[in-house]
Amino acid sequence: MSPNITTIVVASVLVATGTYLFLSRSLVRALMGFLLLGNGANLLYIVASGPAGAPPLVGKTEGPMADPVPQALVLTAIVITLGMTAFVLALAHRARQLSGVDLVTDDTESARIHARAEADDTGSPSARAVSDQIAAEGERTESRYHDGDTGRPARGEDGENR
Amino acid sequence: MITPYAWMVPLLVVLPLVGAGLALAAAGRTWVQRVVSMTVLGSMLVLAGVLLWAADQEGAQVVYVGGWMPWEGIVLVVDRLAALMVIVSTTVTMGVLGYSIGQGRSSFDDESDGHSPLPVFHPSILVLAAGVTTTFISGDLFHIYVGFEMLLAASFVLLTLGGTAERVRAGTTYVLVSLLSSLIFLIAISLVYSATGTINLALLAQRIGDLPGGTVAVLQLMLLIGFAVKAAVFPMSGWLPDSYPTAPAPITAVFAGLLTKVGIYAIIRVQTLLFPTSRFEDLLLWAALLTMVVGILGAVVQDDIKRMLSFTLVSHIGYMLFGIAVGSTIGLAAAIFYVVHHILIQTTLFLVTGLIERVGGSSDTGRLGDLARISPVVGILFFIPAMNLGGIPPFTGFLGKVGLLQAGVDDGSWLALTVVVGSVVTSLLTLYAVARVWGRAFWSENPEGVTGSGPVRGGHHEALGLGVLVPTSALVAVTVGLSVLAGPLYDVTTRAAVDLMMRQPYLDAVLGAGVSL
Repeated sequence: MSPNITTIVVASVLVATGTYLFLSRSLVRALMGFLLLGNGANLLYIVASGPAGAPPLVGKTEGPMADPVPQALVLTAIVITLGMTAFVLALAHRARQLSGVDLVTDDTESARIHARAEADDTGSPSARAVSDQIAAEGERTESRYHDGDTGRPARGEDGENR
Repeated sequence: MITPYAWMVPLLVVLPLVGAGLALAAAGRTWVQRVVSMTVLGSMLVLAGVLLWAADQEGAQVVYVGGWMPWEGIVLVVDRLAALMVIVSTTVTMGVLGYSIGQGRSSFDDESDGHSPLPVFHPSILVLAAGVTTTFISGDLFHIYVGFEMLLAASFVLLTLGGTAERVRAGTTYVLVSLLSSLIFLIAISLVYSATGTINLALLAQRIGDLPGGTVAVLQLMLLIGFAVKAAVFPMSGWLPDSYPTAPAPITAVFAGLLTKVGIYAIIRVQTLLFPTSRFEDLLLWAALLTMVVGILGAVVQDDIKRMLSFTLVSHIGYMLFGIAVGSTIGLAAAIFYVVHHILIQTTLFLVTGLIERVGGSSDTGRLGDLARISPVVGILFFIPAMNLGGIPPFTGFLGKVGLLQAGVDDGSWLALTVVVGSVVTSLLTLYAVARVWGRAFWSENPEGVTGSGPVRGGHHEALGLGVLVPTSALVAVTVGLSVLAGPLYDVTTRAAVDLMMRQPYLDAVLGAGVSL
């Protein structure tokens, strides 16, 4: 069987552009990347199913049949991608509600430990200050979520929650 | 071929899914949810126990889903390895669920109506259990992918429960990395199908040997990368310590126990069944060494107990990979033993960290102190699994490592011996990391006058009730009991490893007796 070269080229382009978008810090762009990548992967299943043929139904015997297995697989994959997309969209919406942007931020605790390690190694006061500042920032964020309105969205902070 | 206990196999997936539906329907009634969840998990435990006995005595139990034969349909296979994994995973899920029930009204930070914990918690845990079980009992590559997606979707919900800023940040990283690894796996499956015309594991075991070497290498690498991201193997491990510590203690506990081990299970299954003459043994050994060392070096500098445990989690994945990479029966048996040990021990330690948070109000060792005096019970509950993790005899952590070291020395190559040295060093550093936590949280002076009734999040003190102590103590008791029963357990894992290495029992069970490789 010689595979359909057009499908393969399209799949490669989708995977390549998807990978580029996936590397973005913006959650929505990454989601677009995921969708393109997913479609690229799905097209590969069409390649795997080989040449088109008659529908694989009982009683229909004329001509070569199409391979039904990859089509069943790709349908499942599409449905799963849909569900995952819905979740990522919800996550992006939540991120925007909380901070106004949907950019992925760094882990503050990790940054604090890096700064502290640098301070311990070099004895530089500026690194120590950075470490303390990150810790203080972290405490502020934490208290915002744990005092009073426990864990619930910081309503009204950006006027975004309705 | 119909096996006598096969009817039990689908129930392992059907029960939790039905339970999830019931729990969701009873969203407002907490006690109904609790009864449903515990009943479902209890029945799964019994079924898995019977299946392990059946698989051990009478061979693997096989179900052809919908009556389709392996050539076109899905098969479910419960051999010794699968049954053992289902038992252990169900045990820790039950422990965690018991803990979160014991937490009662103060479960999680966000009781939206001030009465019940989030109604999606129980259904999500049950879907997670169904996904994990699906992965363990499936004999079909694409079905394993579906199992992964089930457990991932549930884990996404659990990790971002409540939707605070910190959890959304951690959840974003986790979700994107998981989706990417799933896509790699999905692409790998399509390549496998293109190359062989099947995705049934038993048929693949027969056919993959006929492929040219280069093609096999590509397929093996794609599958390995997809699974290695899930298992948090260095250098694909960065996402784990970043995302796990933000979730509530019971959720981190169940994640730490199960999710990475599902990746390890998939690596074991695929490596032994499809690629028995591995060409990537050296690569895996390097990955194992780096995972151990880099992971533990991350752990020793952490202040937060949850973060420290997350780094040791990554580090100890290296031990299991080591056993797989050596590829001998003794190495594989030790790796399976270590998986069982590690699932239980990590879950227990994260639950105990939950207790520490309740007593001390934080999991940050900088703010904890004198806990050994304030709460000796928590001290004991932390000390036993911590020593187990550090590999102190006579616990399972020590026994598993002895098996792995034995396998490495038997292998005899300089790389395997290097990994042996690396694993001993990692073991010592693990002991240092837990001892550091012990010293700072349990024995040090109180830093800021924190007392047992100190300020706790939300301003209310969460006392240690029997509801949380009993499930945690039960899991600690299981880890100790496992140390006592290590001999029989090692026998079972050795028999499982022998089957995996021979491959013929699996093929006989799925395709009928007498097929050739």
